[in-house]
Amino acid sequence: MSPGRSHGGPFRSGFDNETVRGQIRRPMSKPLVIAGREFSSRLFVGTGKFPSPESMRDALAASGTQMVTVALRRADLSGRKDPFANIIEFIDPARYLILPNTSGAMNAEEAVRLARLAVAAGLPKWVKLEIHPDPRYLLPDPIETFKAAEVLVKEGFTVLPYINADPVLAKRLQEIGTATVMPLGSPIGSHRGLQTRDQLRIIIEQATVPVVVDAGIGAPSHAAEAMELGADAVLVNTAIAVASDPNRMGVAFRQAVEAGRTAFELGLGAPLETASPTSPLTAFLG
Amino acid sequence: MSFVAEFNALPFAELQERARRATPADVARVLGTGARSLADFAVLLSPAAGQQLETLCRESQTLTRQRFGKVIRLFAPLYLSNECINNCAYCGFSRDNPILRVTLSVPEVRREAEALLAQGFRNILLVAGEHPKFVSNGYLADCTAALHGLSPSVSLEVGPMEVAEYEPIVRAGAEGLVVYQETYDREVYARMHTLGPKRNFDWRLECPERAYAAGFRRLGIGALHGLADWRYEALATAAHAAYLLRHCWKAMLTISLPRLRPCAGEFQPLTHLGDRELVQLVAAFRLFLPDAGLVLSTREPAALRDGLLPLGITHASAGSHTEPGGYTGAGREKVHQTVRGRIMDLAAGSSEWSAQPGKATGATGQFDIADERSAGEIADLIRRLGYEPVWKDWDAALSA
Repeated sequence: MSPGRSHGGPFRSGFDNETVRGQIRRPMSKPLVIAGREFSSRLFVGTGKFPSPESMRDALAASGTQMVTVALRRADLSGRKDPFANIIEFIDPARYLILPNTSGAMNAEEAVRLARLAVAAGLPKWVKLEIHPDPRYLLPDPIETFKAAEVLVKEGFTVLPYINADPVLAKRLQEIGTATVMPLGSPIGSHRGLQTRDQLRIIIEQATVPVVVDAGIGAPSHAAEAMELGADAVLVNTAIAVASDPNRMGVAFRQAVEAGRTAFELGLGAPLETASPTSPLTAFLG
Repeated sequence: MSFVAEFNALPFAELQERARRATPADVARVLGTGARSLADFAVLLSPAAGQQLETLCRESQTLTRQRFGKVIRLFAPLYLSNECINNCAYCGFSRDNPILRVTLSVPEVRREAEALLAQGFRNILLVAGEHPKFVSNGYLADCTAALHGLSPSVSLEVGPMEVAEYEPIVRAGAEGLVVYQETYDREVYARMHTLGPKRNFDWRLECPERAYAAGFRRLGIGALHGLADWRYEALATAAHAAYLLRHCWKAMLTISLPRLRPCAGEFQPLTHLGDRELVQLVAAFRLFLPDAGLVLSTREPAALRDGLLPLGITHASAGSHTEPGGYTGAGREKVHQTVRGRIMDLAAGSSEWSAQPGKATGATGQFDIADERSAGEIADLIRRLGYEPVWKDWDAALSA
């Protein structure tokens, strides 16, 4: 473990007191802190693709999330309270931190413009920086994302950048002051799980800010796996939104995130190729 | 290399053969695979695939929900002008049709847009015939600029242009460009387009690439079904889409599947695409191109639209008018006939589509729409189907 590390990895200090000799006082005991704000839920939820705003509102509540991201292009930024673009009115700001996202932006300039408009429209000065010029796989543009992050961090935004699972880019973004990094497990909406597992492992190991695995999490088992790896949180949207029962799927993800987090805090044994004998072979040595 | 060269080299005979003769085993293989090729798409068009329509539709619905969610995006066409210099055998706006014509002024366009905004639309498609005198490039840029910011999204469906002609329109705030090839069959195309710049097949075929080069972010393509064999048209459209996804990688692609509707000129369709085949076509496109938008217009009757919406459609129009001024009556006092580019006084015409004293009050539409339900009614229907009608999915801050 490297000195000065404040976050991430299975050996972080702070948990030892609570897991001494297997005596767990409380699972999920340590809240997640991003830019000074505490979150007791490590499940972030997106708001697209739901069959109705009411079903979205209910699923958010069921999931126990405290951080909810909204695509600014779906929202009314004019301040006219547009009844035909009222998605934000279904998200209680007392209960959730609304995290505006810049989905639709093709470059840094557009993303910065959108983020500024969101603040002008009264939204929090937080931004999930999403710049994916390719509308098919929605893979993030690392160059434009970095450029936009530089500008927005300087302007005082709390920046949560959506990135490919690139450890060097993650480090570069941390160096300029992003509040998290949000590497993808696989492309948005693909339900393919943690295809980037090995890279995620490196990002988590090296992180000095919370790592939020975003995109590709199609099943609660994927979410649990990300948490077991040591991710600080996961962001889920499609899998909850298009489920036959978004509420119950929200609950399933909540449970999976909690289970994965607890297992991570306890520390998981390394998988072995062979069975491990319960009677030690060297017992005769005394 | 433009799509023209790739198009000319496509093995259409082989693909069509596959689309006709695929076996149930071929269909099972294609349904079982993930990434599908153009040859696989041909299999999905086959009569054998048609036998498994329910399976195709289930797969299409699942893919669409996963990729686009349980939402349908709504848009409305706003016809600017029905003046045209082309003669297209199937189109009501054809130059030689004695219809009532008008070109809206920019303030009139704004009034029409405000009427659409009041209905809920935040995505407006500006449509115009091709006529350099009445529908100049400057005029299109002015119309776009007048609506930019008023409507979060503005796109166009107008005659093909050069890159440099598109650029000012993009700068004015236009987001998308729609241009249908009408038919991908060169021989039929030549017979249908007898007069005007539209006769140039290749120039039209390359139009989406020019639009992309000029900065448009959404490209719409499609064939007008009823002119050539539907399986051929589908194969060509799919090949075109695949090309554009590869070369114009930053653009969102939408595909429309319009079928010919009755219009001035009383053109009779040359081929028939049945309802069942249309459903198969929607599912086949979705299975081949999981990320492409599929557009359903009010050309189709209500009952069919209700059934089609949850099967793979992502974008739908509602409450549409295909005549300039149709939403507010704007421009009525200027309605006229046009002969060789000159405005003529109104006189009683010879067909039901032309001026009839005491009856004609507005300009003539491009075609008759079949689903006449209002935007609100369509939105309610979408909700009843378990989807959210999405009006705003773009922001003016993203364009220009």
